[in-house]
Amino acid sequence: MKITSDWLKEHLDTKLDENQIIEKLTDVGLEVESVEKQGGELDDFIVAKILKAEKHPNADKLRVCDVDIGKENPVKVVCGAPNAKEGLFTIYAPPGSVIPKNQMKLVVSKIRGVSSYGMLCSESELNLSDESDGITELSSHDFKNKIGDNYFPKKNSNVIDISITPNRADCLGVRGIARDLAAAGSGKLKDFKENELKKDGKQKVSVKIENEDNQACTIFGSCLITGVKNIESPDWLKEKIISIGQKPISAIVDITNYVMFDLNRPLHAYDVDKIDKGIIVRNSKKNETFTALDNKEYKLDDGMCVISDASGVLGLGGIIGGTRSGTEYDTKNVLIESAYFLPRSIRKSSKILNIDTDAKFRFERGIDPLSIEQGLKKASNLIQEICGGKVSEFDIQNIEKYENKSLEFNPSMFEKITGIKIEKNEMMKILNDLGFVIEENKKNLQLKIPTWRPDISLEADVVEELIRIKGYEHIELIEPQKIRQKETLNKKQKLFHFLQRAIASKGYLEAITWSFTDSKINQLFIEKNKEIKIVNPISSDLDVLRSSIFSNLIIHLNKNLDRGFKDLSIFEIGPTFLGKKPGEQLTVVGGLKSGKIFRQSWLEKERLVDVFDVKSDVIKSLVEAGYDKENLYFDIETPSYYHPGKSGRVFLNKGKEKVVAYFGDIHPNVLKKLDIKIEALAGFEIFLDNIKQPKKSLKDQKTKHKFSDYQKSERDFAFILDKNFQVQELIEIISNVDKNLIQSVKVFDVYEGKNIPEDKKSIALNVTIQSSEKTLNEDDLNKINQTIITAVESKLDAKIRS
Amino acid sequence: MSDIKKIKDEYLLKLSEDLDVNKINEIKTVLFGKNGLVSSQFKELGKIPEDERKKFASELNEAKDELQNLIVSKIKEIEIKEINQKLEKEKVDITLPARPFAEGKIHPVSQVIDEISSIFSEIGFSVEEGPDVENEYNNFTALNTPDNHPARDMHDTFYLDEKKELLLRTHTSPVQIRTMLNDKPPFKIIAPGRTYRSDSDQTHAPMFHQVEGLHIDKDINMGHLKGCLNYFIKEFFEVDKIKMRFRPSHFPFTEPSAEVDIGYEIKDGKIIIGEGDKWLEILGCGMVHPNVLKNVNVDPGEFQGYAFGIGIDRLAMLKYGINDLRAFFDCDYRWLNQFGFDPIDVPSSYRGLSR
Repeated sequence: MKITSDWLKEHLDTKLDENQIIEKLTDVGLEVESVEKQGGELDDFIVAKILKAEKHPNADKLRVCDVDIGKENPVKVVCGAPNAKEGLFTIYAPPGSVIPKNQMKLVVSKIRGVSSYGMLCSESELNLSDESDGITELSSHDFKNKIGDNYFPKKNSNVIDISITPNRADCLGVRGIARDLAAAGSGKLKDFKENELKKDGKQKVSVKIENEDNQACTIFGSCLITGVKNIESPDWLKEKIISIGQKPISAIVDITNYVMFDLNRPLHAYDVDKIDKGIIVRNSKKNETFTALDNKEYKLDDGMCVISDASGVLGLGGIIGGTRSGTEYDTKNVLIESAYFLPRSIRKSSKILNIDTDAKFRFERGIDPLSIEQGLKKASNLIQEICGGKVSEFDIQNIEKYENKSLEFNPSMFEKITGIKIEKNEMMKILNDLGFVIEENKKNLQLKIPTWRPDISLEADVVEELIRIKGYEHIELIEPQKIRQKETLNKKQKLFHFLQRAIASKGYLEAITWSFTDSKINQLFIEKNKEIKIVNPISSDLDVLRSSIFSNLIIHLNKNLDRGFKDLSIFEIGPTFLGKKPGEQLTVVGGLKSGKIFRQSWLEKERLVDVFDVKSDVIKSLVEAGYDKENLYFDIETPSYYHPGKSGRVFLNKGKEKVVAYFGDIHPNVLKKLDIKIEALAGFEIFLDNIKQPKKSLKDQKTKHKFSDYQKSERDFAFILDKNFQVQELIEIISNVDKNLIQSVKVFDVYEGKNIPEDKKSIALNVTIQSSEKTLNEDDLNKINQTIITAVESKLDAKIRS
Repeated sequence: MSDIKKIKDEYLLKLSEDLDVNKINEIKTVLFGKNGLVSSQFKELGKIPEDERKKFASELNEAKDELQNLIVSKIKEIEIKEINQKLEKEKVDITLPARPFAEGKIHPVSQVIDEISSIFSEIGFSVEEGPDVENEYNNFTALNTPDNHPARDMHDTFYLDEKKELLLRTHTSPVQIRTMLNDKPPFKIIAPGRTYRSDSDQTHAPMFHQVEGLHIDKDINMGHLKGCLNYFIKEFFEVDKIKMRFRPSHFPFTEPSAEVDIGYEIKDGKIIIGEGDKWLEILGCGMVHPNVLKNVNVDPGEFQGYAFGIGIDRLAMLKYGINDLRAFFDCDYRWLNQFGFDPIDVPSSYRGLSR
């Protein structure tokens, strides 16, 4: 909502200067977004006349114009507008000026070989309207003596732009703002003065509100003004309209707009002679159409509130009027409408049709239903004053009656909510200034809520009014107590933070990417999950919720490869989505590692990143998070985006309850499809929801620890076994030979090739044997050796290598 | 003079010369070999008359120890000398690069979430979470923002179905609803997390992070709200004094509502929080609306309290001098390296939030 302090002072008797007003506005909850010099960048725009318009020598659609800008010599401007014709009065922007719409700064430039000095502007470029089809056309009658003048009147006062919160419909008019300031002690709200209006005869146009279900129009007030002469608005009115960023159109339209901005009372003016018989306010029928004042044709749904006549729809009530009954300069008789529409219905219809107007903005927030006559009176007076004519009596049709709602307010509520006390008298003064009618009722206040405040219905609302006007700075700060009754994080949250930092400490950079991604890339990682589409994505390449952390991470990895990096480790911890219902999501840590280890190191031999790098990162992180390495169990079933032979999945134990993680090389075809060029790429995904929380806390686990001081012995073995055999099982068999004695089994060599049959491999192991009861002698050790060999050879098709 | 004394004196003298290891070992053999001079004396022991034997034995042991010690120390001395000589040739250029190591980093948003959690933990808040996908009821209706309420316009919502019943949460406030529906008052929680709005330009990202706060008990008023936020802001920016301004505003789910500005100034192109006469809006808050309490079966006559919502990304930008919001989610390796935090930098109250 834009206001000027001059306009404000028409309603507010104040000694405050503009800066004080601005500060006070913010203090009472009317946040000042910006204060701009009126005009300002608009000072550059000049009234001009096209003297000559010739076709551009090198372009069919361009014209080269000689433009009179009030200087000695005309300037040459290249213009593409079809209406750039000789003799046209228009608006000229010189080089150096900034176009309000796109903030583009003009420079002298050659357009297809012809130099253009500045530009002729369309209304849309000047933010005057949406009209962008051609350059602005000014009437030669009004502007013939103004060539070279500034188009926008120069003003000293500023435009104050206030962000009005959706609850404060009443402040969408200057008077409402003045009322708030007066209540806050910034002056006195001036009495509402209106000249007596002389009314002649009845309003002759019949108006009927159809009393049907969901009728959104509950009051329709109107008056007829006959014999008017619609003209351009007088300067004072035009300046007012321009000062708040609107475009003057004609006196009648400007007056209705003025009343709306002044009193927050939207009105509409009809050319009576274009109305077929009378006005009927009714619900629309499906597929009815009409052309609105924005020159667009709208096709209506069922049940939208329309103002119609015998021939059809005239306009959408409270939203936008139609061209068929619009007023023009030759309009002789006008009907002024001042109505009340239900906010819900306004909002619903305008959303469906995607129309946003100043009237709609106000009606959907709630207009004062008792302001019908005030609006008619003010508008009729002004029209009569400027355009002449005879005003009829007011005709008020309604299907509902409105009166002040009441509320019993217990003054102690104020202290209960704000923590501070104010006197009852002060409360009553504030509420009175805001328009409440108060009756004292024992301890309580019986309040009549002003009809312009649809937002107030509870005691808490009244408390807000009081503290808002009193000032939030009066609330006394109470220092928080440092008492904790509940643990800050639960076990899953702790695991989240632990894994996050565990992975980062393995050399991965944490990334945060969108939860949505490109469906085409997501397809590579979706497996059997459902695709979850966003109905209204911001762009077509962010159209689905991600099924995997990789869907985005791999794109960003690739972007970094394009930046010239090769050896990258990045990870993200966050949600992936299984379905579109709340809660159908998983928390996953996904990481990617690319390139080489020890690339170009003087010290170490460089090698490609591989599956065992990421396997180690996964295991180490799980161990750090408190899980026993010895219990982890692996198999080879992995999603299709992993290399089928170089990937695995992890379980917390052999029971294989839930997959805790996948790891492995990324499938080369995925790299091919995404055009990723790097020597090697491996990745992992850890599923937090599948990680069972340890039953015992760490402090309980530690008390059980035992160790042996007896001597330990090491024995080496080499077995020849089937090439596809998994070492995990071999280690398990050996460990199970005697869990008390066998402390660890290390694999120190895997060999295939010479001296080994083609379908076999040799696994060399180092076994540590130690008793917790005694030092083992040679006999004991030999016995264990033999048991190990027998166990392995009997359970597996394996042979000890001699 | 006894033989023992003679042998001892003679060989102590010999050993005092500059000898190499071989020579010393030779002497060792001569003295302590199977038939060595000292060894053979021990064999004599039996022949010595009993009254002299004690003296003889003690003299012999003394000589043996003395000679042996000298031999051992001589050998050690030589070995050390040899090691020293060898080391002269074993020099490396220690200015050569170390074995490469990878440095991981924690994203500034994650770091700031941990900082926030640490601060609120001190004053008794616990952390709650909610799903990213919400239903329209939890995100709007239960929060006193019914269908066709103009306040919904302030949230450009991503929808997952045509009926607009399922959506990506536009704020963390639905966690209030979930928490209160699942439990009984009092409530004292924060809920950090991802939030979404279909809005994308230089200063808006379609996904961003918020932290919700909720404190409901029997007598929690606006003074507590002010105290809590004042404490948080001071702790977060790690400054002694903070200038804070509460300004009336409107959120459908709080009444009264406020926006909070903090004072700042720009010195040498850097934002200094807590000083200066400029105001920066950093959060929205208020007393939880009675209708919201009713919707979650909490009696507004008995319980009341406050809620707040803070933009985490913005806090991170302010605290760590990051200019571009969009860069948070671009995953540029250079950016992550520069603005990321070492994983061992876990924010905590006793060590301080940041280094």
